[in-house]
Amino acid sequence: MKNSPVKTIVSIGIGAALFFVLGRFVAIPSPVPNTSICIQYGLLAFMAVLFGPLAGALIGLIGHFLIDLSWGYGIWWSWVICSGIFGLLMGFAGKKIRLEDGTFGGKEIAIFNIAQVIAHLICWVVVAPILDIVMYAEPANKVFLQGLVGGVSNIVTTAIIGTLLCIAYAASKPKKGSLKEEK
Amino acid sequence: MRNIFNYVDRPSPIHRLTGATKLVCLLLWSFAAMSTYDTRLLVFLTLLSLVLFALSRIRFSDVSFLVSFMAAFMVLNNVLIFVFSPQHGVTLYGSSHPLLSLGGQYVITREQLFYHLNLVLKYFATIPIVLLFVCTTNPSEFAASLNRIGIRYTVAYSVALALRYIPDIQKNYHEISQAQQARGIEMSRKQNLVKRLKSAAAILIPLILSSMDRIEVVSNAMELRGFGKGKKRTWYMGRPFRPADILAMVFCALLLAAAIALNVLNGGRFWNPFR
Amino acid sequence: MKDITEREPIIEFRDFGFQYNAQAEPTLKGIDLQIRKGEKVLIAGPSGCGKSTLAHCINGLIPFAYRGTITGSVTVRGRETKDLSIFALSRTVGTVLQDSDGQFIGLTVAEDIAFALENDCVQEPELHDRVLKAAAAVGIDTHLLNAPDQLSGGQKQRVAMAGVMVDDVEVFLFDEPLANLDPATGKSAMELIDEIHDRTGAAVIIIEHRLEDVLHRSMDRIVLMNEGRIIADMDPDTLLSGELLRNHGIREPLYVTALKYAGVRVTPELKPSSIRSLRLGPEEKQKVLDWYRRTPPRPAPPPRPVLLKAEDVTFSYDGRRETLSHISLEIFRGESLAIVGTNGAGKSTFSKVVCGFEKHQSGTLCFTGLDWPSLSLKERADHVGYVMQNPNQMISKPMIFDEVAMGLRNRNVPEEEIRPRVEQALKTCGLWPFRNWPVSALSFGQKKRVTIASILVLEPEIIILDEPTAGQDYRHYTEIMEFLRELNARGVTVVMITHDMHLMLEYAERSVVFSQGRVLADDSSAAILTDPDLVRRASLKETSLYDLALLCGIDEPKEFVRRFIDYEREAYRS
Repeated sequence: MKNSPVKTIVSIGIGAALFFVLGRFVAIPSPVPNTSICIQYGLLAFMAVLFGPLAGALIGLIGHFLIDLSWGYGIWWSWVICSGIFGLLMGFAGKKIRLEDGTFGGKEIAIFNIAQVIAHLICWVVVAPILDIVMYAEPANKVFLQGLVGGVSNIVTTAIIGTLLCIAYAASKPKKGSLKEEK
Repeated sequence: MRNIFNYVDRPSPIHRLTGATKLVCLLLWSFAAMSTYDTRLLVFLTLLSLVLFALSRIRFSDVSFLVSFMAAFMVLNNVLIFVFSPQHGVTLYGSSHPLLSLGGQYVITREQLFYHLNLVLKYFATIPIVLLFVCTTNPSEFAASLNRIGIRYTVAYSVALALRYIPDIQKNYHEISQAQQARGIEMSRKQNLVKRLKSAAAILIPLILSSMDRIEVVSNAMELRGFGKGKKRTWYMGRPFRPADILAMVFCALLLAAAIALNVLNGGRFWNPFR
Repeated sequence: MKDITEREPIIEFRDFGFQYNAQAEPTLKGIDLQIRKGEKVLIAGPSGCGKSTLAHCINGLIPFAYRGTITGSVTVRGRETKDLSIFALSRTVGTVLQDSDGQFIGLTVAEDIAFALENDCVQEPELHDRVLKAAAAVGIDTHLLNAPDQLSGGQKQRVAMAGVMVDDVEVFLFDEPLANLDPATGKSAMELIDEIHDRTGAAVIIIEHRLEDVLHRSMDRIVLMNEGRIIADMDPDTLLSGELLRNHGIREPLYVTALKYAGVRVTPELKPSSIRSLRLGPEEKQKVLDWYRRTPPRPAPPPRPVLLKAEDVTFSYDGRRETLSHISLEIFRGESLAIVGTNGAGKSTFSKVVCGFEKHQSGTLCFTGLDWPSLSLKERADHVGYVMQNPNQMISKPMIFDEVAMGLRNRNVPEEEIRPRVEQALKTCGLWPFRNWPVSALSFGQKKRVTIASILVLEPEIIILDEPTAGQDYRHYTEIMEFLRELNARGVTVVMITHDMHLMLEYAERSVVFSQGRVLADDSSAAILTDPDLVRRASLKETSLYDLALLCGIDEPKEFVRRFIDYEREAYRS
């Protein structure tokens, strides 16, 4: 889609605000006690597909950075960077999906989900653990398992929430057609 | 919003530094602390950060919530590391001084304990600085600071927009979720996971679709007031650098240089007292 | 001073037309219009008449943000807008958008006012000086460091005005400036606009359909639009004397309607553009008096049983400031009740406490026949339904049927029972012909009905609506409100949270006035709006019918207002 540069900037700002609110305040209890599920990646995937790789990358970076900043546990750069990479990758995948026109059918659902599974695996099972090892010298088996658990949980939430968001957005675009009033 | 980021408006020498200075210092400092596992430097950074904390007139009560959260995070991370890799220290330092065996591979060694000590020190060396940045930087100055350190003003402004709309979106989310709960949406543990996520979507869909409308209104409002017309813009909340700012940045740059120098001298990131 | 018609035009449309790329028909057709220096022009028309599109053509959003095909010409200071840029145009035309929250871009008041200057690379100390000057001009200079969530709607609008005043623009363009303001704030907004006009000498263009409220201060001309064309372009006195407004879906001022009911021939000589300028001779006054005497008073409504009772309810969000302070009131079965008051008076919070969204700290709530405090949020919703102001914030399903069925499905009602109940709700709400449509194909007003249907399907005894007609023109307003009246006639208790005085006067038997977390008054709507002291304390505005009654020497203005409302209802039905 063709957006004015200002609109892209605004979508980054509001996207990051949404990412922040979902990541910081919306806790969905997970099956593991005392942990909750990150639902913000479903949103990020949707926004990236709609607004492109640059917006996707920045929404992930800024949103995740602000979440870390607000918790005060220091900025976990390796994961912040990976949120950015995930947005970037989904932005590229979005070029194959014409969501803006309101098309999101079976084929698009498949592309979206294949892309998100690959992107999540790259981010959380490959890049994040490697960065953790390089930057923080943490033990490999720990970070890879952490990445795997995080990655799988993100894949599940993106599959459900991201897909539902894309479907809802596509449906909200008015389509020219022959709707008739019925008696 | 101010309380989300915990900005404490109480004049101090740290508050007087410009936001850009504090951002540069935060980056230099956290890279220094991240790159080194030299215990001596980490101890120095920890002590220094506590001094700076005192200087900023931030009280412990201002940050007690954040500190307790961070302590939990730190303990959890350490336990996980030990569970997964009880011999990580031995691998890193190349020697083994067992202290106590818990059975199997779970042998507590001096190397492992020393590794954990360094890990904890790393937290103590960085976290006070992050808190300091959060508590002494007016969110309004944030975007101006990013632009100051060379990030394009359009991108810097998207950070300002995020800060601007977080409270609105939070309020919206709250209202939508109340109205949907009244219609029977539930997200508690009583439901299975997929159902819970679908419930979440029932709240998120109206939230996000109405935010898409907002993007349009806001970008129109910005264009109508000239956003994006020039290569540069000025900032109402921007402040000029003063000597103290330069001094602070130079000092933090030296810290990073020291960290890198130590990495070279130690022949790696770890300072090894066992050799 | 030269006569206005001789001044040079700043904006000039010549046989102008515009068609959006996505639309099959042009939105604007054959527009010829001149706006001259220092003029005050009101552009009125029903929703979809093209008035917002016309505004976009003036400030440059068309053609620079919205794509489409232009025919004819539109010039600003003699130059075709399409040869300029949106930035160049913004130097001449300052726009204040309807959504003052969306327009508020800065983190604080000062930053928002500075926004245009920052983009112009204005340096210190000029930057601070100009911000302070503009803030002082609109009286917001004591709030410079406040964040938007610490400001009222009226204050946000002042910030928006200051934000365009920092550039010395020659035209102020206001898009529905009264839409989100309570009546008293709307009145002072019009006064402020007038003051800015006098001081700066800039032209003022106001896009609004609330004619009577805009005419609180004088206007040079009214441009009436419908279906993409200009229907009339004349001075207010002449326009109000004819039937054009009524015929094109704009509500004329209530006192003008009353004069017409009384058989007074309204002519420009009576100066009908404002109740204060209105000149009535003895003959006209007698006609009004006669009409009043011969119109029968309506019998008082029968007493109704109490359905919900709040006693001494106190609530605070933060444990310090009481948002609701010792509220006691009763809601009767089958009535239509308006809850009115300024933003932050506690009216929305009260309904949230009733629905169980928020938990009050002290006091009691009783719902006849139920153990109210023990019920969960979801269980309460079976008895009290809540409809949010913006339907887009409630709708989460693509199809109308699913949206309406959602509440039942979440309550595990068997599917074979759901279908007839949803169909019944759709019929009640006039959505039956659209039952298989996607929600996206509906208009705003129809979406509102979907949200009402999705609440009605749960068969609550009370339905609470937050600003049921916000952003609606007169036709849609009447449609929604008549629908609510029918609902009320079927026995549903209707509670409306509003700051629309017409709504409370015409559609609520009783009104409760909230102010600063307390109940200030609880009386018939006509009684409240004819009590000058109460009106002032509650930030309302007296109805112009009250002034008309005084003008004609009617000693019971309250009774006059009541009879007018009854008469009009009969006139509408027949």
